[in-house]
Amino acid sequence: MHRRGVGAGAIAKKKLAEAKYKERGTVLAEDQLAQMSKQLDMFKTNLEEFASKHKQEIRKNPEFRVQFQDMCATIGVDPLACVSHCARPEMTFRLPALWSRLTLFFSRSYPGKGFWSEMLGVGDFYYELGVQIIEVCLALKHRNGGLITLEELHQQVLKGRGKFAQDVSQDDLIRAIKKLKALGTGFGIIPVGGTYLIQSVPAELNMDHTVVLQLAEKNGYVTVSEIKASLKWETERARQVLEHLLKEGLAWLDLQAPGEAHYWLPALFTDLYSQEITAEEAREALP
Amino acid sequence: MDRFVWTSGLLEINETLVIQQRGVRIYDGEEKIKFDAGTLLLSTHRLIWRDQKNHECCMAILLSQIVFIEEQAAGIGKSAKIVVHLHPAPPNKEPGPFQSSKNSYIKLSFKEHGQIEFYRRLSEEMTQRRWENMPVSQSLQTNRGPQAFEDLSKLMIKAKEMVELSKSIANKIKDKQGDITEDETIRFKSYLLSMGIANPVTRETYGSGTQYHMQLAKQLAGILQVPLEERGGIMSLTEVYCLVNRARGMELLSPEDLVNACKMLEALKLPLRLRVFDSGVMVIELQSHKEEEMVASALETVSEKGSLTSEEFAKLVGMSVLLAKERLLLAEKMGHLCRDDSVEGLRFYPNLFMTQS
Repeated sequence: MHRRGVGAGAIAKKKLAEAKYKERGTVLAEDQLAQMSKQLDMFKTNLEEFASKHKQEIRKNPEFRVQFQDMCATIGVDPLACVSHCARPEMTFRLPALWSRLTLFFSRSYPGKGFWSEMLGVGDFYYELGVQIIEVCLALKHRNGGLITLEELHQQVLKGRGKFAQDVSQDDLIRAIKKLKALGTGFGIIPVGGTYLIQSVPAELNMDHTVVLQLAEKNGYVTVSEIKASLKWETERARQVLEHLLKEGLAWLDLQAPGEAHYWLPALFTDLYSQEITAEEAREALP
Repeated sequence: MDRFVWTSGLLEINETLVIQQRGVRIYDGEEKIKFDAGTLLLSTHRLIWRDQKNHECCMAILLSQIVFIEEQAAGIGKSAKIVVHLHPAPPNKEPGPFQSSKNSYIKLSFKEHGQIEFYRRLSEEMTQRRWENMPVSQSLQTNRGPQAFEDLSKLMIKAKEMVELSKSIANKIKDKQGDITEDETIRFKSYLLSMGIANPVTRETYGSGTQYHMQLAKQLAGILQVPLEERGGIMSLTEVYCLVNRARGMELLSPEDLVNACKMLEALKLPLRLRVFDSGVMVIELQSHKEEEMVASALETVSEKGSLTSEEFAKLVGMSVLLAKERLLLAEKMGHLCRDDSVEGLRFYPNLFMTQS
């Protein structure tokens, strides 16, 4: 690919291309690029104005946040877009001279964040929430093995936020957790019943495990017979799944239950929701 | 002019309309501003102005903010006016068209007449102060919801134009219509990033390698040195994420940015590195930290106690359970430990097959 460089040949070639396209009524890409640059500046101003009026609303109002996120998604914009979304430069940029020009260009014109984050603080909101989610999950891990319902997580996070507790919704938590997956420590979102289980440990949970968790959601526990009846599995398959959950600390075995053994999911114990995180648990959580 | 707040213009319960007049222009002190043609409404509680051309543009001030009013007679080529002197804006005032103003008065210019009657009614309301006896709901003050949504919709329309334009440009780059230089392609990609538009030209992720991440990596090396030393030379990436963001307070790092910066640590020859265990767990280690050497001491600890679970080991050594487990797994991988995986938990024993053959 040629550089648009000096030389009569290059200039003539460009003039020819321009003429060809203008003839056909097509706008050249570089003209559109210039237009985009101008529009971008204008948009930045509009966004600044919007931010000066409504930045607080985004931070304080969960409903407005959802509207904002949904609108962004509809038009094809990610307000939390990061550098990782940026493509590799074209293959022809292998020349070292170009590489240094490239990095210089980025440092000049490239802030590392999108406008939305920069001016509306959308990023800060979700990344801070991420910190709070991690801390709650760490503190409660020894109780539930690293599996927690979205409800309990929500309640505990709200408690941690104190006075301004009403400003975080479950939608917010889900979005923050999706971002946390990048950290590699096994954050996962498992749909069960009408809600979700949030996994915060790198335990391997495949489809079989997930579907048993979903079955357990009703009563907080599950038995081998129940699995065989509902899912039509063989005994061995049911046992393997339950053993795995036990080993990972996600399930507790109750051999004294009436009838057969009950496998309890501490994550699903509703009466643990209101229990405060103890000082010792908090110590375990905070680095 | 900074006393005005945006409003939907809808009257509250207990608030009644007294009089309204079309064709009113607002002045900020003596200055003409863009609000040049609107309908002025007087209610028992507020003075509301709505733009005739753009109905969504609607603002109001509370009558309680008015100190006193004056008349200004019409002249040749000049409409009659009412001068409204105002108290300073309260500190927690809701958003309005102006953040600040050097003037403590505004002028209302009646281009389609009606000034005399309006002045009379306004004086009456100022005297009667009916708003004091008829409290309206809090939402009068915080009626931003609908306005915010309208503003958001307008903003999104503009954003969508940018998205459409970027798609058109991307297609042209693909079809090679026009002579795009590398510089221009880079610029285009940075525009996409600013707007948060997914790059349609190529979908490869950059990974690491930008100036931003390089600088971030250097910053991290500085911030994490001491905490790492305090924690035995190793920390999980979630710990790092929490620590760094708690310290920053604002302009927080996204998880992706943190990971991308950490990927550059080794290449930049910084004293820390990113390590990914088989389980997918990611940690930051001091370069001087040799996890394999730690395994030797782990083996000693386990041997002393006969056997240990991750939790027990973690407690003994003062590590997080996550990292304790990784160390024991590594020891097992290296052949120093054996596992006993039962429903009672995962327990590690010294590998006697190795030592006592």
